[in-house]
Amino acid sequence: PCKDIEGSWWLANVLLGMWISVVLALTVLPAMFGLSLGFTDLYIKVLVKTLEWAALRIQRAQKVPAVPCHLPNGIIQKGDSSMEEEIMELRRMHPHPLTGGNFTLCDTFYFCKKGIESIVEDQVTQRFTSEELASWNLLTRTNNNFHYISMRVTIIWGLGVFIRYCILLPLRIILAATGLSWLVIGTTLVGILPNSNVKDRISDLLHITCYRICARGLSAKIHYHNKENHPKKGGICVANHTSPIDIVILANDGCYAMVGQVHGGLMGLIQRSMVRSCPHVWFERSEMKDRHAVAKRLRDHVADKTKQPILIFPEGTCINNTSVMMFKKGSFEIGKTIHPVAIKYDPQFGDAFWNSAKYSMVAYLLRMMTSWAIVCNVWYLPPMSQQDGEDAVNFANRVKSAIARQGGLVDLSWDGGLKRGKVKESYKEAQQKMYSSMIVGH
Amino acid sequence: MGSRASSLLREEDIEEIKKETGFSHSQITRLYSRFHSLDKGENGALSREDFQRIPELAINPLGDRIINAFFPEGEDQVNFRGFMRTLAHFRPVEDNEKNKDPSSGEPLNSRNNKLLFAFRLYDLDRDDKISRDELLQVLRMMVGVNISDEQLGSIADRTIQEADTNGDMSISFSEFIKVLEKVDVEQKMSIRFLH
Repeated sequence: PCKDIEGSWWLANVLLGMWISVVLALTVLPAMFGLSLGFTDLYIKVLVKTLEWAALRIQRAQKVPAVPCHLPNGIIQKGDSSMEEEIMELRRMHPHPLTGGNFTLCDTFYFCKKGIESIVEDQVTQRFTSEELASWNLLTRTNNNFHYISMRVTIIWGLGVFIRYCILLPLRIILAATGLSWLVIGTTLVGILPNSNVKDRISDLLHITCYRICARGLSAKIHYHNKENHPKKGGICVANHTSPIDIVILANDGCYAMVGQVHGGLMGLIQRSMVRSCPHVWFERSEMKDRHAVAKRLRDHVADKTKQPILIFPEGTCINNTSVMMFKKGSFEIGKTIHPVAIKYDPQFGDAFWNSAKYSMVAYLLRMMTSWAIVCNVWYLPPMSQQDGEDAVNFANRVKSAIARQGGLVDLSWDGGLKRGKVKESYKEAQQKMYSSMIVGH
Repeated sequence: MGSRASSLLREEDIEEIKKETGFSHSQITRLYSRFHSLDKGENGALSREDFQRIPELAINPLGDRIINAFFPEGEDQVNFRGFMRTLAHFRPVEDNEKNKDPSSGEPLNSRNNKLLFAFRLYDLDRDDKISRDELLQVLRMMVGVNISDEQLGSIADRTIQEADTNGDMSISFSEFIKVLEKVDVEQKMSIRFLH
């Protein structure tokens, strides 16, 4: 009996080893050569059919027509007239002609209405939470207003839970762990080689392979558009920011030099090994405060044509992929060609937005790995440069608008830093100034 | 797990709010979702900080007064009922046609109640009179540092002079209504809610 137990353990180990090897072979080898075996595509096709079926059933079962909480048109219909127009209209209704100092008691109506409108619906606070879906995608986490529908939908949902947590999650964790550990080990080994073309090529291949494995670990299906505009060496790539996964998404199709703060722990380990095989730009926290030093280091890197293009997210923080917020002008002062990239995730398959106030990095990654899949579109836009007489802020806004237009995102001037910080007093002061000029007629 | 916003709002509550404010069922659920998203402390009530977190409201010169209007006398928290009751003032008057209920009294969004809302933005001490000081305070909020005290003072004096009919150097609610009788209050103090 002892020998039987030993024998069966040994057999189990062998089978497990074989299974893992097969899985790795089926993912690692294609990843190295950029091939796809078509598993993900098939999976996505089946998924789309299932979600469409579920959406139909939900619609049929709803007695009250489904009213999603965040309609694309919003809760209220806002007018788009300016402060001047609105207050002039109020003045026209006033009975007495005013001399030397235009003020009417009803001027407050304008600010009152604007204030209440912003309480009901504003352009900023909704960007820091996940986008609401028009139709439930069978994930518990997005089930806000869709109650029990029918037995069949519940069974499919239950099946989905089982598939996602018991089959896909372990598989994805193995893949992600494999990808990351190969990245660390591989880059450290490559770092030993003397600097040469061969080293660079091996480093590039290694980076891409590992990122592809990580992408498999998220069941990511990425569609790249306009590859002819791919960022070139010595350039700066800017993109809108939704999550740390953006890096994996972009690095699946090319090599970039990453820019960021030095972290501790696992992240720090990955950063230190990556920089051994090819130059990335990591800043200490103290260095980040000195804008000139930061700009100088970036400028030096970009000036070297043998180095990969640097990847920067000018928003400075994660936004929920429905809009593009203010681009910080720092990256646009370096004076090189900017290669804009627009990234748009399809929320039907999984919510890619990292709400760092709500979820830690680990909790976020687990959510990613228990979603259906990550489906996204990446558009490479034609390169843009600063024009004569254009300052960095206007240049940044021009690039931001181009990205927003391509990705179908709302173009906002608000600062992503409003996620955590207060808005600047200067905006209120600007309004007060405008109103004052209407009273005393400057 | 994600938020289960609307499941915390019971049908009976929705019906009561419907009767009191005149909002439709779908408008109430949508506004509850908004209320919930503003409620960062997740305790079923909003504090003044929750409102100030809205950037567009924080830069509104009258932002603080508007926020104040939501909070009953001396309280720091407003629940969903109170939130809806205040918002109800801004429903368009046309929407009342469907809910003609003679026993329910004057609706929250009547012309009178809209004017009372605006009046209370000035009348901070709730003595039913806008004094010169109270008027100056609101003026100062709206113009910031751009107008001198003397100029602002004369604007305030002139405004009171025009409105004051009983000579008590302050503006009562009926004087307020009289001055603004030609103003299209129904349109200027209404927000078009989509269904």
